Amino acid sequence: MIADWLDIGWLDQIPVRGSRTVPVAGGEEIAVFRTGDNQVFALVNRCPHKGGPLSQGIVHGHSVACPLHNWNIALATGSAQGEDKGCTPVVPVKVVSGRVLICRASALQAAA
Amino acid sequence: MELSGNDWSGEAGGSPDVPPRREHLVVIGNGMAGCRAVEELLARDPDRYRVTIFGAEPHVNYNRIMLSPVLAGEKAFEDIILNGHDWYRDHGIELVTSDPVISIDRQARSVMAASGRTVSYDRLLIATGSDPFIIPVPGHKLDGVISFRDMADVDRMLAAADVGGDAVVIGGGLLGLEAAHGLTLRGMKVTVLHIMPTLMERQLDEAAGWLLKTALEARGQTILTGADTDEILGETHVEGVRLKDGTLIPASLVVMAVGIRPNVRLAREAGLAIGRGVHVDDHMVTSDPAVLAVGECVEHDGNVYGLVAPLWDMCRALADGLVEKPSGYRGSVTSTKLKVAGLDVFSAGDFSGGDGAEDIVLRDAARGVYKRVVVKDDRIVGAVLYGDTADGGWYFDLLKRQADIAELRDVLIFGQAFASGGGQADPKSAVAALSDTAEICGCNGVSKGMVVSCIAKGAKSLDAVRAGCKASASCGSCTGLVETLLALTLGDDVEAGPRTMCKCTSFGHDDVRREIVAQGMRSTPEVMQRLHWLTPDGCASCRPALNYYLLCALPGEYIDDQQSRFVNERMHANIQKDGTYSVVPRMWGGITNPRELRAIADVVEKYDAPMVKVTGGQRLDIFGIRKEDLPAVWADLNAAGMVSGHAYGKSLRTVKTCVGSEWCRFGTQDSTGLGVKIERMTWGSWMPHKFKIAVSGCPRNCAEATIKDFGVVCVDSGYELSVGGNGGIKVRATDFLCKVATEAEAMHYCAAFVQLYREEARYLERTAPWIERVGVDYIKARIADDAEGRDALAARFLFSQSFSQEDPWAQRVADDARQHAHMAEFRPEGGMA
Ligand SMILES: Cc1cc2nc3c(=O)[nH]c(=O)nc-3n(C[C@H](O)[C@H](O)[C@H](O)COP(=O)(O)OP(=O)(O)OC[C@H]3O[C@@H](n4cnc5c(N)ncnc54)[C@H](O)[C@@H]3O)c2cc1C
Ligand code: SF4
Ligand code: FES
Repeated sequence: MIADWLDIGWLDQIPVRGSRTVPVAGGEEIAVFRTGDNQVFALVNRCPHKGGPLSQGIVHGHSVACPLHNWNIALATGSAQGEDKGCTPVVPVKVVSGRVLICRASALQAAA
Repeated sequence: MELSGNDWSGEAGGSPDVPPRREHLVVIGNGMAGCRAVEELLARDPDRYRVTIFGAEPHVNYNRIMLSPVLAGEKAFEDIILNGHDWYRDHGIELVTSDPVISIDRQARSVMAASGRTVSYDRLLIATGSDPFIIPVPGHKLDGVISFRDMADVDRMLAAADVGGDAVVIGGGLLGLEAAHGLTLRGMKVTVLHIMPTLMERQLDEAAGWLLKTALEARGQTILTGADTDEILGETHVEGVRLKDGTLIPASLVVMAVGIRPNVRLAREAGLAIGRGVHVDDHMVTSDPAVLAVGECVEHDGNVYGLVAPLWDMCRALADGLVEKPSGYRGSVTSTKLKVAGLDVFSAGDFSGGDGAEDIVLRDAARGVYKRVVVKDDRIVGAVLYGDTADGGWYFDLLKRQADIAELRDVLIFGQAFASGGGQADPKSAVAALSDTAEICGCNGVSKGMVVSCIAKGAKSLDAVRAGCKASASCGSCTGLVETLLALTLGDDVEAGPRTMCKCTSFGHDDVRREIVAQGMRSTPEVMQRLHWLTPDGCASCRPALNYYLLCALPGEYIDDQQSRFVNERMHANIQKDGTYSVVPRMWGGITNPRELRAIADVVEKYDAPMVKVTGGQRLDIFGIRKEDLPAVWADLNAAGMVSGHAYGKSLRTVKTCVGSEWCRFGTQDSTGLGVKIERMTWGSWMPHKFKIAVSGCPRNCAEATIKDFGVVCVDSGYELSVGGNGGIKVRATDFLCKVATEAEAMHYCAAFVQLYREEARYLERTAPWIERVGVDYIKARIADDAEGRDALAARFLFSQSFSQEDPWAQRVADDARQHAHMAEFRPEGGMA
């Protein structure tokens, strides 16, 4: 049986208010974020504006500010906030016993 | 029917002269859940079951959560007994103590204890609780390393405290902090080691965690966060603890309180379904219908619980099921009210919010209060309270009932008393109703009457009120009240104050800076607490600014927050439009040599950099480096003696030079040499914005010194200094500052000017707009005319430089290249790597 969740490592490996990346062969990189209150979110690592690597932005609250032109993207929905319009695909993610798991199907979809 | 526990041997079957056979319920675990389940059962049908309880401990049922007060000396063991021997006797319960069950035989329906005693059951209840988690670091088996779980552990801690000395508590969660508190009260010198950046990160957000840490430190404990234990030292008995970073802490006692793990060994060996805990359904029945489980050892619907409140719900469902009136357990929303070291802390539900959640935050620095209620679709989903937890129960009730709080929203954060008493109406009218003597500003003792008369005397803005009567001029927590008074008194005549730093605060940049310096604040959470930030952790615009203000105010002492730095400063390279980075090694004064050029050429080849370019500041820029290759690139450049050019930072970038007197027929002074010296002095300094310097050897100005932040033009009689120029969208030529006679003076004035800019410009304000804002005369007065002030500024700059002149590249390669690496890789064909 193929597991529905992929174990990508320890939560501790992601800095608080930071992120780490998971490249998917043949597809798009996934950015896994950890917020100030220890929530974990994952998005395709691409800003809906001009493709900036969201993993490199400043994480505040439950948003990330894109490092290229400072759009704010909601981590839970992937959508740009305020006046900006656009959306980045969200990858379901969960933490179980300190391990971070991402949804296999969505990771594959991100790769497509 | 009279029954005595001793009438029941426990063996199944029975002789003809015993009363009609009752089903036999055997309980493994004489703890909180096991006994509570039996109590619930007895309350429903006292005659239904014959009960035998096995306990591994020598005690009757006691209240585990009161072990902390026992340790702290506030209670004795007798005070925390829940059910004494008479309870067991009165209900005909056989209690077997000090004899743990070691196996379950589901076929034979019997359990065997360590003594060999075997007892059959009709129904078995597993309530074995949890095992403390012990990190298997070297030395964890030494004498003196203990956990904090039962009365025996407390006895061991008390014995250690009698001898006195140093104790280390590993784990900054609830349990660890309670252990630390108890040991401190018992006279030990306690250090708490916590691996996460903030204490109790599961229950508290960062702000509350920070407050807790500060309060505990004030009580004499040493709290080390981000502390990773490497080894426990000692021969036979604990002598100390060493951290991964090499820190050594002496200790004669080490308490490990890093977490618990459901105790499922028996259930697993008996072949029951297990996840993180023993799997149970809504009636607490395991995968075997004859076996039930309850308490911390179970997993229900994917959840395991480590608090007592959910156990009560479970025990009710279990008892209902046992008397065939199934009710069903639906999981619990937990709240935690903590009494950590006498400090009030409360957390409930999901304070981390999530999609569409909004935070309502109240910070009252003077009272040491922090409250945060998380609201989603007009329902409370979580709350964190620190310092004043009186309303915890109210919030938790609203949360559990999923009550609509739309009506209450404005006043919700002020708590139940305020919300239900008049406050529910217009908050304005509540303020209007205050008497003239009511205190508005606690810090400065300003009453409502004083504020109103200040406004009546012409203060039309918040700032004017602050200046006029000091209200809201200190901690700012009454800003809202003052604004309401302004609105009430003036209606539409209120003048908007200067722009605030961002939407997270009501203060402007200058106010924040002033407060940071005045209060000697050292970390971002501290600023956010003391200055009443309206968001839990700021935004992308205030966070980097605060980080800068802190580093400028207290070099060497402030706590840097990497995650508050813009990506370029975090990666120590420039992010480019395709997400790759460009790297600029420092070339002092623009000079290079064959070794450096060769190293750069090698890097370009080795990492396939698509382009190398000479920058406007006379340095070489290597483009197209991938984030994960950065540490290797730096290592190669470091090996050739080059350090980071900071071409990415809000910092000193380059000192551009011309060839000067050494080669040029016009040169009057050694402009190249001076440029190199200035760059050696100023490199590595963080600034409000990027900062460029140039030195030209004569007024022909080949280094374009008059469009730099600080420019030197050498002339026959000395050095002309000018400031505030830039290229950029709007080119600005420098303003002339003054002329000096010697190189040493030129450098001294440069240091003073840089420091003035660092201390007084707002974050992201370059020298040009800053100078236009404050006026060049002001700069001249501070740098050229005030010798004493100039010396002090230069001295502060050099002091600060003693902390910042370390090559960030070398540092990063040495200590944490992890930021650059991928966390994992996923190949759909090959799986994970
Ligand atoms: C110091 C301390 C402070 C706490 N403070 C709080 C608090 O403030 N609020 C809160 O909600 N919770 C608190 N807790 C947690 C709370 O105590 C637990 O959630 C609760 O005790 C769990 O109940 P339980 O019956 O599942 O496990 P336990 O109470 O641990 O009972 C399990 C019992 O089973 C026994 N046992 C295990 N294996 C066997 C075996 N094979 N044979 C026989 N007996 C066995 C154990 O010896 C133990 O006595 C605290 C815990 C500790 C240790
Ligand atoms: S500025 Fe003057 S000294 Fe320097 S290179 Fe130009 S002409 Fe020569
Ligand atoms: S690419 Fe993200 S804001 Fe432009």
